[in-house]
Amino acid sequence: MTKVFGSFVANDHIDLTIEPGEIHALLGENGAGKSTMMNVLYGLYDADGGDILLDDKPVTFAGPGDAVAAGIGMVHQHFMLVPVFTVAESVALGYEPTKSVGLIDLAEARKKVREISSRFNFHLDPDARIEDLPVGAQQRVEIIKALSRDAKILILDEPTAVLTPQETDELISIMRQLKEQGTSIVFITHKLREVRAIADSITVIRRGKIVGEASPESTEAELASQMVGRAVSLTTEKDEADPGDATFQVRGLTVVDKAENVVVDDVSFDVRRGEILAVAGVQGNGQTELAETIIGLTQPRLGSITLDGKNIVGQSVKDRLGSGIGFVPEDRSTDGIIAEFTIRENMILDVYDRPPYAKGLNLKPAVINDEAKKKVEEFDIRLGSVVDPIATLSGGNQQKVVLSRELGRDLRLFIASQPTRGLDVGSIEFVHKRVIAERDAGTPCLIVSTELDEVYGIADRIAVMYSGRIVGVVGADTSREALGLMMAGVPADEALAATAAPDENDAATAAPETNSATTSAEEAK
Amino acid sequence: MTTDISPAPPSPAPPPSAEAEEGKEPNLLREILSGSWLVSVLAIVVALLLGGVLIAVSNAEVVEAAKHIFAAPGSFFSTLFSTVGDAYSALFRGAVFDWNARTTERAIRPLTESLVSGTPLILTGLGIALAFRSGLFNIGGQGQVILGATIAGFLGYALDLPPVVHMLIAAIGGIIGGAIWAGIAGVLKARTGANEVIVTIMLNSIAGYLLGYLLKQGWFTHTTSANPQSRVLDDSSQMFLLLPSPFRLHFGFIIAILATIFVWWLLERSTIGFEFKAVGANPHAARTAGISVSKVTILVMIVAGALAGLGGAAQVLGTEFKLTGGISGSIGFDAITVALLGRSKPLGTFLAGLLFGAFKAGGYLMQSQTGTPIDIVLVVQSVIVLLIAAPPLVRSIFRLPTPALKRKEA
Amino acid sequence: MTAQNTTAATPAAKTSAQSKALTPIAWKFPITYTILALVSLIFFGLIGRDGETTFRIATSGDLFAIPDVVVSSTVAGLILSLILVVMAATSVYLALKRITLAAWFPMVFGILFVVSFLAWAGGGSGGVIPLTTLLAGALALSVPLIFGAMCGLVGERSGIINIAIEGQLLAGAFLAAVVASVVKNPYAGLLAAPIAGALVAVILTFFAVKYWVNQIIIGVVLNVLVVGVTSFLYSTVLTEDPELWNARQKLPDLPIPLLSDIPILGRVLFDQNILVYIMYVVVIALQIFVFRSKWGLRMRAVGEHPKAADTVGIKVNFTRVRNTLLAGAIAGLGGAFFTVGSGLAFGKEMSAGQGYIALAAMILGKWNPKGALLAALLFGFSKSLGNTLQSIGTPVANELLLMLPYIVTVLAVAGFVGRVRPPASSGVPYVK
Repeated sequence: MTKVFGSFVANDHIDLTIEPGEIHALLGENGAGKSTMMNVLYGLYDADGGDILLDDKPVTFAGPGDAVAAGIGMVHQHFMLVPVFTVAESVALGYEPTKSVGLIDLAEARKKVREISSRFNFHLDPDARIEDLPVGAQQRVEIIKALSRDAKILILDEPTAVLTPQETDELISIMRQLKEQGTSIVFITHKLREVRAIADSITVIRRGKIVGEASPESTEAELASQMVGRAVSLTTEKDEADPGDATFQVRGLTVVDKAENVVVDDVSFDVRRGEILAVAGVQGNGQTELAETIIGLTQPRLGSITLDGKNIVGQSVKDRLGSGIGFVPEDRSTDGIIAEFTIRENMILDVYDRPPYAKGLNLKPAVINDEAKKKVEEFDIRLGSVVDPIATLSGGNQQKVVLSRELGRDLRLFIASQPTRGLDVGSIEFVHKRVIAERDAGTPCLIVSTELDEVYGIADRIAVMYSGRIVGVVGADTSREALGLMMAGVPADEALAATAAPDENDAATAAPETNSATTSAEEAK
Repeated sequence: MTTDISPAPPSPAPPPSAEAEEGKEPNLLREILSGSWLVSVLAIVVALLLGGVLIAVSNAEVVEAAKHIFAAPGSFFSTLFSTVGDAYSALFRGAVFDWNARTTERAIRPLTESLVSGTPLILTGLGIALAFRSGLFNIGGQGQVILGATIAGFLGYALDLPPVVHMLIAAIGGIIGGAIWAGIAGVLKARTGANEVIVTIMLNSIAGYLLGYLLKQGWFTHTTSANPQSRVLDDSSQMFLLLPSPFRLHFGFIIAILATIFVWWLLERSTIGFEFKAVGANPHAARTAGISVSKVTILVMIVAGALAGLGGAAQVLGTEFKLTGGISGSIGFDAITVALLGRSKPLGTFLAGLLFGAFKAGGYLMQSQTGTPIDIVLVVQSVIVLLIAAPPLVRSIFRLPTPALKRKEA
Repeated sequence: MTAQNTTAATPAAKTSAQSKALTPIAWKFPITYTILALVSLIFFGLIGRDGETTFRIATSGDLFAIPDVVVSSTVAGLILSLILVVMAATSVYLALKRITLAAWFPMVFGILFVVSFLAWAGGGSGGVIPLTTLLAGALALSVPLIFGAMCGLVGERSGIINIAIEGQLLAGAFLAAVVASVVKNPYAGLLAAPIAGALVAVILTFFAVKYWVNQIIIGVVLNVLVVGVTSFLYSTVLTEDPELWNARQKLPDLPIPLLSDIPILGRVLFDQNILVYIMYVVVIALQIFVFRSKWGLRMRAVGEHPKAADTVGIKVNFTRVRNTLLAGAIAGLGGAFFTVGSGLAFGKEMSAGQGYIALAAMILGKWNPKGALLAALLFGFSKSLGNTLQSIGTPVANELLLMLPYIVTVLAVAGFVGRVRPPASSGVPYVK
């Protein structure tokens, strides 16, 4: 099966066989193409090539309705539930039991919910409103939806991404029950422990291709390395770091999201002048929020952020930018650039009101133009004209524009989230070089990345985040396997011990440098 | 592009916050901004043709001739063309140049009348356009015009000041009136997330009743007349004429030109305008770049309201010279179409204001000379805007090629 | 595992627990009640106006003749005000106890306040307050608003913002008048009106669904277009031969036996023409079908979360178009009330902004048929009150009363009157 978006091949000739009554895990990093594939299976997207066979018979799905009729149910990563509906209404939608004149037979709908709910001990009130339910319960509604339509194959897309550990445990036991009753489950995830806990067979996808099958007996480290890929070894030359004072300090930082979930949990670390601290971890473990809190887009509940001896918590984003923080946001197209704006306007997006670009209220177009042209040279940006909209550039060149903006002034701290996401190899290398150059100029650099290759390519030290906490801060020469374990929540010392090389010296240099929250790993079960 | 129009991912309880709305708006901006001038011209052509059809089918002679279309097709077509042609030529003569006039003065007067009608449309249209560019729907031009006219008019007869100074003070009063009225919507949007569309629509009606109330109060109108209208403005507060009487072209037109230049400077050359546009195009990126979205929202509405208030002031100080319940006419709503036709750009809005001013001026002559009601102008205007908002439709009518998509899909 | 986890969760749990324990006292309403009660006490009671106010209940031809109620303006004002003060004090007490008031409380309070106000307004001039006329006027003025609000809510609940209600009302009024006049039968006009409203909706959905044009813009422009077309045709065709094209046709009143003989309310509610009865049916039907039927469930799904609807095989855009056309037909019917419903000929721009008030009623009614009905009735009543007061000559300016619906709506969207939440995907085109 193949699915192409524009020039981007999301799924490249993927073959997958699901046996009846098995739990089949699809393992892969974010953006590997897992969800795309399942959306094709569910009839939401049309495939650009390949066949779907059900019991050896080829089937085609014009829409989700056909897939449901064929016995395929799907629980989407973002729930397909109407927040203001009740549980019974949500389950009934599209397949409403009706009485006369099109009125819904709510009694029937409730009965169905209760029936399935009691079969699996879901404890769901059919009259509860979806938006009042915790996410775990919402997910169970989704499962009931699928089961009420006699799904024989259930696709669960990142089902644990939004669950608490307890809810995850419950889900796993539900999956076991479903399996016992003969339902096949496709379980899409990037979480290693869960895969090992539940899957009968595992398929690993990377960059739209199947890179291998694995057995549930594989160790997590094996799975991790398969998932993130063997070292492509991007050779970015860099000198040994020459760290200075720790001018940037984060202490006890705690961030709580709108739903009162703790997303950054008592995080403390330092970044010294002239070093790059990479924050590694699987997507969604609080790294994004950490970066946004440092720049001021999110306010922390507790803790301090100190730059050059001054606590910057409470300052506006503008003040923080003004005091010399350069910030490359994770989601470039949403937060980093304004697509309609010209390239040169994007180059001054957060410095437009400062000299030399402005004098009083007046922008100085000549200066803006000249500076833009200089940066185009300096950062090797391939473009037609600096007055074209930035949307006409490739992702790599867009990112260079962002970098040229953020690195184009004197910085006291440089933060970049996923600086090379979606870029080609050439651009990645360029970005890394620039970041290292900034480091060599003495700027403390904080790089958030989920790509281990990237982390190894540029980091002087590595902080691993898991579930909102820093599991440990280790040296850049820590083994991939150890990092993989830490990304799964294993504390640094345990991870290092488990994978320790016989050479004593190696282990010593890689020893954990802070021990904040080292025990949190036990949460992941 | 698709990311902006696809529904937001479900969150359990989305508050009616500013963020929730923002996703929708850049899409509109693109719709307004991305079309080409060709589409505008073609839209005007189609609208005039449709207007012609309406004129024809409502004309008794044409309908009569149509009954004999097979017997005498020539007569039908000549009636058809003469009816529609007469109407549109009267429109043109009333708007630009009257070649039937006896004196040169009268021949060129229509052009100046178009400028007079266009003045408040340009000023108010600029206010709407500025808000559109900043991602805000200012549907409240009408209310802002009324408030501007009310305060400017009141100051125009209530104060006793030397000429020019009096006029300027009155005009500033109009600016403040409009700014306050729009500012209410801006503050509510920034502080509570109240949808500015609904608030400005409601404020339009409130302004209308407020003026109606004031016009019944003796202390306000300075007259004892039973009619709901005010005293005539002092000469000192009236905008002076740019050409000798009987021309009515007044200083307000100069103000409109200056305002166009000001808005151009604001949007294209100032740091404030940079913030406005950034928030309008991508509030998330603007926030990341340290721009305060709520501050910008309030400021945009204040400036937009000030422009619309100035439009109201120009109307009362330059043309009407007294306050009546109908002082604002339909300027506020026409201005929305002006801003859309002008693609929310200062020069475009200026030209669109002139065009619709010309329609208005010409419409009167058309009505008096050919009996074609001026309402046809509303039809033509609204069809133009509908077509401009949907460039693909215009392109498919004329089988134009779709412009190559330069954007990369994210 | 659990030990770590509990500590992690504690701050969050604590804050949410605290916020639950310390739900802030809802002062907004008690304060409002107190201010209103004091206004009533001071102005209508203590300062007051000498003289008597007559509440005329009976109309000629009633089965039971009910005598007029004559009260002294100040005494009535004082007594009513004292009741209001007691109620306000109760609301303060209950607020301190964090007890939510029953739904009847604001209604009773409002009615008492209005009566107190009327007793004051009618005094001095020795005015007669014709209660039946006042209420009948309120209903009549509400009819187009109610139809319009129903149109708006069906559209928005399907995900299409409809600012063009104004245009749909006007188009309905126009076509109803013309068809009724040509056919010489008001019922023919009643059949034509929905078609006019639906035609406007066709243009709306064509641009909104096919070309993704911003729906607010289409709505505003459509209103101008309909004014232009109807005014143009009025000035040309209709005025040329008004006897043929624009003759008055009135839907006859059809009093419902027995019910219409109930004093006051019977007269007001059940001695009406068929259009009003249709309105009752539409509101009741929508109240049931929006929330209880397959149609309503699917409509709400496409308006709230179209992708969710799509994943269960519901055709999102088809549903939206169909419902918006239906909504347009409802608004068209409302427009018919201006002409055949009231026995008037068509006049230029005769909808006079009612479509915008209908929009306001829909918002204030929180997108519920029942709520929108009440809001529309409230708006109709305040307008009728304005008319009545103007005719008996009272110190309160008509315009200030007429402003009220709009001010209330602004306060509502700004969150002062409870939480107002539109359907989540209203106005957002659905693109796969």
